[in-house]
Amino acid sequence: MSVAATDKPAVATPIFRARVLPAIILAGFALLPPLAMALDDSFLVFFAIRVMIFAIAAVSLALILGFGAMVSFGHAAYIGLGAYCVGILAEHGIWEFYISLPVTLLVCGLFAAVTGAISLKTRGVYFIMITLAFGQMAFFTATSLSAYGGDDGLTIWGRTEVFGSSVLSDRTTFYYVVFALLAGAWWLCATLVNSRFGRVLQGARQSEMRLQAIGIEPYYYRLVAFVIAGMLAGISGALLANSAEFVSPAYMTWHRSGELIFMVVLGGLGSFAGAVLGATGYLVLEEVLSHITEHWRLIFGPFLILVVLFARGGLMGLIPGGKRHD
Amino acid sequence: MTLLAVQTLNGLQLGILLFLIAAGLTLVFGVMDFINLAHGVQYMLGAYLAVAGYGLTGSFWLAMLLALAGSLIIGLILEVLVFRHLYDRSHLDQVLATFGVILFLNESVKVVWGSSPLTLPVPEILDGSIPISDGLLYPVFRIALIVSGLAVAALLYVLVSWTRVGMLVRAGATNAQMVSALGVNIRRLFMFVFGFGAMLAGFAGIMAAPILAVEPGMGDNLLILAFVVIVIGGIGSIRGAFMAALIVGLVDTIGRSLATDIARLLLPPAAANDAGPAVASMLIYILMAGVLFFRPSGLFPARAG
Amino acid sequence: MTEPILTLDGLEKNFGALRVTDKVSLDVLPGEIHAIIGPNGAGKTTLIGQISGSLRPDKGRIVFLGTDVTHLPMDKRAKAGLARSFQITTILPEFTARENVALAIQARQGHSFHFLKNVSRDEALNAEAGRYLTDLGLGNRADVHAGALSHGEKRSLEIAIALASEPKLLLLDEPMAGTGREETDRLVDILNRLKGRYAMMLVEHDMSAVFALADRISVLVYGAVVATGTPEEIRNDPKVREAYLGEEAA
Repeated sequence: MSVAATDKPAVATPIFRARVLPAIILAGFALLPPLAMALDDSFLVFFAIRVMIFAIAAVSLALILGFGAMVSFGHAAYIGLGAYCVGILAEHGIWEFYISLPVTLLVCGLFAAVTGAISLKTRGVYFIMITLAFGQMAFFTATSLSAYGGDDGLTIWGRTEVFGSSVLSDRTTFYYVVFALLAGAWWLCATLVNSRFGRVLQGARQSEMRLQAIGIEPYYYRLVAFVIAGMLAGISGALLANSAEFVSPAYMTWHRSGELIFMVVLGGLGSFAGAVLGATGYLVLEEVLSHITEHWRLIFGPFLILVVLFARGGLMGLIPGGKRHD
Repeated sequence: MTLLAVQTLNGLQLGILLFLIAAGLTLVFGVMDFINLAHGVQYMLGAYLAVAGYGLTGSFWLAMLLALAGSLIIGLILEVLVFRHLYDRSHLDQVLATFGVILFLNESVKVVWGSSPLTLPVPEILDGSIPISDGLLYPVFRIALIVSGLAVAALLYVLVSWTRVGMLVRAGATNAQMVSALGVNIRRLFMFVFGFGAMLAGFAGIMAAPILAVEPGMGDNLLILAFVVIVIGGIGSIRGAFMAALIVGLVDTIGRSLATDIARLLLPPAAANDAGPAVASMLIYILMAGVLFFRPSGLFPARAG
Repeated sequence: MTEPILTLDGLEKNFGALRVTDKVSLDVLPGEIHAIIGPNGAGKTTLIGQISGSLRPDKGRIVFLGTDVTHLPMDKRAKAGLARSFQITTILPEFTARENVALAIQARQGHSFHFLKNVSRDEALNAEAGRYLTDLGLGNRADVHAGALSHGEKRSLEIAIALASEPKLLLLDEPMAGTGREETDRLVDILNRLKGRYAMMLVEHDMSAVFALADRISVLVYGAVVATGTPEEIRNDPKVREAYLGEEAA
């Protein structure tokens, strides 16, 4: 964690980063569909939906990784769980969002509560390895669900319905639903971080001992943040299932978890705008590189290493507005 | 009963492979506080190098020598190019950068050898099967794998307990600052431990090549099982890694073979066929969670040996 | 007779074969400053650790405000009114001084599961934090990152944080460690002003500070209390002179 060792009074949150940048980013997403229509480029909308879905997951990970210093290497499991909730319910003929959404939140919240309660007893490398292992557990469990497609995944013949209407099948409507959920998740996380709860979370990142010495046990606060992050990632998974009309264990491989961490780091730790930009940057990069060569990971792997070694502030480090809010 | 015997042997075999991988990981972690996700691809490279070496020489044993040397060289190149710059970085940086190494090497293997699985023939002298009980034949090579793994474990035990480097490694696992305060050339010790770990992983890959499919990404799942082993055994502890590897190997293998049958006792057949494998695949993680709950620093923490 | 705020009863702690706390029994009375002195390695910090809850004693009891807290974790003891400063400055470097103090006030006010209201706009909280900072002479440094404060300012901030939790007992682990003469004098002044309002246990190497502040002094040698008494008694105790002050005088 970089410490802003400046002697001048700290500005709580530079206005550009807290207000202007998020507004620009959200406006960009909001205006994209009409722009794509003008350009007659339907792929753009399709691609932006994917970006926003992963941005929700990245924002949720940024909450625990950037502000709580919990390096969760199993975050993709929640995307998968959310997706399977939608897929399995649909397989049993349940399409209504007012059932599938609460079920998704409940399942992801429970999984986060149980695995988090165990993982958060540990620190550092143990935490990384354990979250990785629990994520892998979810993955293998999904591959062994032969009734729901096992390895091959599960095709969903439709999309979640809203009170019997299939409005989500309209691409533009679906786009704005995803957009609204991204904006909501972002707002929620930003609000949490600035609340009393968020101050405890950020304080615990800096010194656990100090918090205990003033009478706060960080464990419960970390666990609550972990559960919230899991539920938000679950929503992104539910959206992914709807967008692809398909669910597969591949959604929750640990490679995907690694990619999510990379999105957050690429954007710049400790900023939700960074997480959104990081998700965008990663998916654009993947799209561009995979057009150049089938073996795009040959380029991406070393790029990732170089980002870690040399670009520590991430994309947010390039943007004016002073040092990040610490 | 015979089924159980076979599954026990298979479990030991998985356990031995896991130990060979986990030993290097836990040593590297204990001495350098460095978490290396790319350790699994070093196992994969061992297998591929063995296949390539066999293609060149036509001899399993020469292939093994070449692959061991190759594993060492690649391990050292990675250390100099990437890992060395990560020792004083956060664990987050370490996992991300080594994740990048995984992506690169998995893809490189695809480019060089293609995506379809390759095989390595079993060496002639270890081909065939021997009866281990009435009417039960077990392949000699698999037994050789178990024996060679036990031999490596014994060798490691001697190295760590009786040599100067081993003393430093043990001290490093308990207190890394103390080791550097002793004026030991840490950089050389790191390279040594690293190269050794890479060779162990490579050796596991070589031994696995004749019995498992040699394919891109083959190390990824084993890597995570190795993490489970380390968490159960206690970070930095060779003895812990050995015991935990055998436990994980046995629980996973036997669990998978019995889970559906046990589920059938409790559930209707259709549900049992689904639930059995699902539960079986969760077993070792549940085991890990249980160990963590009661013994947060593992069964055999490094302090105790 | 006044009830002591804190009573240690036969406290023992071993690290392997090394006995770091050897049947320590002592108490702190309301409003008193009880100083613990002793040569390096006497086990002073380990003792503070056991009182505050970061270490568990092997034997003995710790009674705080009439309740046995021997097995309570650190955060529960802090909630009960036991505040500590650390030998190695332990503040939240990425927060401002004000945010550091505000967090302690927030902790005292109850749980922190408040998710929506922006805490940095909580004027009452900020103002209260400001008062503690002003009290410790940090009024004009309130909005500086704690990591950017000078060493002496950090030591003061730590005391401000401790005071913000309105403790019944202050455990101060070498508050003057690493500070210059001027800073030390300032801290002595501050502690003198606080004297009487809080009971304090003060571990300190700076003898002039100890003798200027303490009502009673206990001398710890190899984990055991060899003497307890007023500064005057301690100065004249032959055992103490031999075991401890002797080496200073030489």
